Amino acid sequence: MNGITSGFGAWNPIAWTLLFLGILIVAFFVRSFGRKDYKRGTGQTKAFLSGNEEPAAPAGLHVSGDNLYWGMVHGLSAYYRRVREWHTGDLGDYVGWFIGVLALIFVIIVWGG
Amino acid sequence: MSALSVHAPVLLIAIPLLGAFAVPLIGKLGRGVRDAFVGLIAAFTAALAGLLAANVFGNGGAASVYVLGGKPFDIPLPSGMTAPIRILLEVDGMSAFMALITALVTLTAIAFSFSYWRERSGGSMYHSLLLLLTAGIFGMELTGDMFNFFVFLEVTSIAACGLIGFRVWLGRTQEAAFKVMTLYTLSGLFVLLAIGLLYGEHGGLNIAYLAHSLSGGIVDKIALGLLLTGLAMKAGAVPMHMWAPDAYGEAPAPTSAVLVANSQASLYGLFRVLFTLFGITVSTATTGWILIVFALLTIFVGVTMALVQSDIKRLIAYGAVSQIGYMLLGVGVGLATIVTKPTYGFVAMQGGIFHMVNDAACIGLLFLVAGAVTRAAGTRDLNKMGGLAHTMKYTSVFFIIGAFALAGVPPFNGFASKFLIYEASFKLSPFLAIIAILSSILLLAVFVKAFQGAFLGPKPASLGGGEAPLGMLIPMAVLALVVIAFGLFPGFFVERIVTPAARALWFGRDAYISAILGG
Amino acid sequence: MNLGNLPFIVSALLVVLGIYTLLFKRNLIKLVIGISLIETGVNLFLVMLGYRSKGIAPIYTFAPAGERMVLPTPQALTLTSIVIGLATTALLLSFAVFIWRHYGTLDVHRIKELKG
Repeated sequence: MNGITSGFGAWNPIAWTLLFLGILIVAFFVRSFGRKDYKRGTGQTKAFLSGNEEPAAPAGLHVSGDNLYWGMVHGLSAYYRRVREWHTGDLGDYVGWFIGVLALIFVIIVWGG
Repeated sequence: MSALSVHAPVLLIAIPLLGAFAVPLIGKLGRGVRDAFVGLIAAFTAALAGLLAANVFGNGGAASVYVLGGKPFDIPLPSGMTAPIRILLEVDGMSAFMALITALVTLTAIAFSFSYWRERSGGSMYHSLLLLLTAGIFGMELTGDMFNFFVFLEVTSIAACGLIGFRVWLGRTQEAAFKVMTLYTLSGLFVLLAIGLLYGEHGGLNIAYLAHSLSGGIVDKIALGLLLTGLAMKAGAVPMHMWAPDAYGEAPAPTSAVLVANSQASLYGLFRVLFTLFGITVSTATTGWILIVFALLTIFVGVTMALVQSDIKRLIAYGAVSQIGYMLLGVGVGLATIVTKPTYGFVAMQGGIFHMVNDAACIGLLFLVAGAVTRAAGTRDLNKMGGLAHTMKYTSVFFIIGAFALAGVPPFNGFASKFLIYEASFKLSPFLAIIAILSSILLLAVFVKAFQGAFLGPKPASLGGGEAPLGMLIPMAVLALVVIAFGLFPGFFVERIVTPAARALWFGRDAYISAILGG
Repeated sequence: MNLGNLPFIVSALLVVLGIYTLLFKRNLIKLVIGISLIETGVNLFLVMLGYRSKGIAPIYTFAPAGERMVLPTPQALTLTSIVIGLATTALLLSFAVFIWRHYGTLDVHRIKELKG
């Protein structure tokens, strides 16, 4: 039908989407076996915090962009410290990287291959 | 219609160029007239690109030559030697493919700028520069002459830097424009030096003629080194990529999408030089593995640096840099194995080339969304934004589509091309596929960070303006439609447009040469 | 008088000096001059490619008997390159003027607001 093959595997997105929709339908079907006689807004639907009241959302609850992956960045901090230092923002360094890579490519191509 | 078909290659360059110079004049008549004129030029150019692609792909991807001047180009000299004269545009499968990508990106970017540009003056100059950039990119992609390629390279450099530094009331744009212009000019001069070396050695400027007479001596190798590094720098390969976040981040949002198309055109130039101009006269194992090393560095450094950005446009810019690495990886694996020609080499080429169109659509969509978001929030800092999904529902859906597609989540188009790249590069060396897959997952994390910072969260107290205007939503919808269509029917697009392009690079060096030199 | 390979050596020297200026000078105007030096070196190289020993200017439709003309193509390439260099230098200098207005300095080590 449709789809691409890579010589070792195949990928057919129509089949994948149909499968995904099928799984969603099965999930909804199972969900429809649940009880419908519950009262909204009472203790039956609110989160249970050991009998305490749910506090109002404080200001600054939203975890802003930079703080989201704090742990991952901290774990890779050795790598980040080095690589962020290389991105100095100085134009002479940008040209330096270019000339350095050019010299390396010359060595590889003219003397190597 | 047939006249349009015959002259399509040169019209694709001439019409945006004419538009670029006519817009300031027509802009005097008022904003509506100017927008209509620019829209007409952009639509006509996109239609021409579609016509050109239909002709070339309907021909099985065979190279077709167009002579500027219409006269014959292979007049034998009294001494009996024949060399191609006049400037020739040679359009094969890969050129037509790149023309399609450029048409899509520039059409949506120009349509987006109609409602994005809200300043009272300067709109004519902005659209003029944008059309000039379009003409330059088409010129780079359709030409068959090395010096013509250099001229259009410089045209795109000047237009791109003019657009990056367009908003002169901000200091950062001027800094970014100066840095980018310096690096573009430097790489352009090295490319010119290489072209001069090739001309002095072989006596011609035509790509097919040079490809025929190249011998792989030391002058040719120096020229290869200069061309490889210069064009790779313009495409944004690490470690020469540091201009890219400045450029994509500081340009106006629709321009960033066209700048990505510009980088992809330089990447096309690199592929044309490596596959058609040099081909097997130099050691393709060396050049292929140079591309693969560039690719690995680009993929990894691009995505890890994207994780720590707090400016939404710089974040997407680092994502764009990282995706160029995937294209380099796919095509590098193809180049490294071009002598033995195993099946996985061709699959890698298909993956890398398919990723070019997927990346152009997705990054274009993401930059347009970033433009709408910065207009609505009034800031670009992710730490200060929040809760935009409450009012910008369609925009957040488009962001999800673009982000998931780029990160390689099924069933979008990014997964289709990355699937080909993973499988083929795994066959060459498992390490390549591992880095590629891990970086895809990290890219999803990067976009989750951007989505969380910009769209999720409680509704902010001071919200400036609701949903993005319709003029911004329609180009985003068109790109999202392209993303979904390419994702749901990858087989159709791979067979129709990607395979002829990959075939033109992988198998088509002799056909390219004989189209001009006549067998 | 036979110049030999001297023009090529001078052109290479100009390019190397231009690269040195770009790498080690701090004033933005000096960086633009460095780019201009590299351009001059490349243009000189291009013009020298066409020179043929004892050649005359390529302005005849048929060369006078016994003479040969230098190649005209590199001269066209060089003219194009000079014009492109004019445009890029003008653009670079105008950006430098705006940077001076915004940052108050032309020191490239201090214009690092976009980093990381």
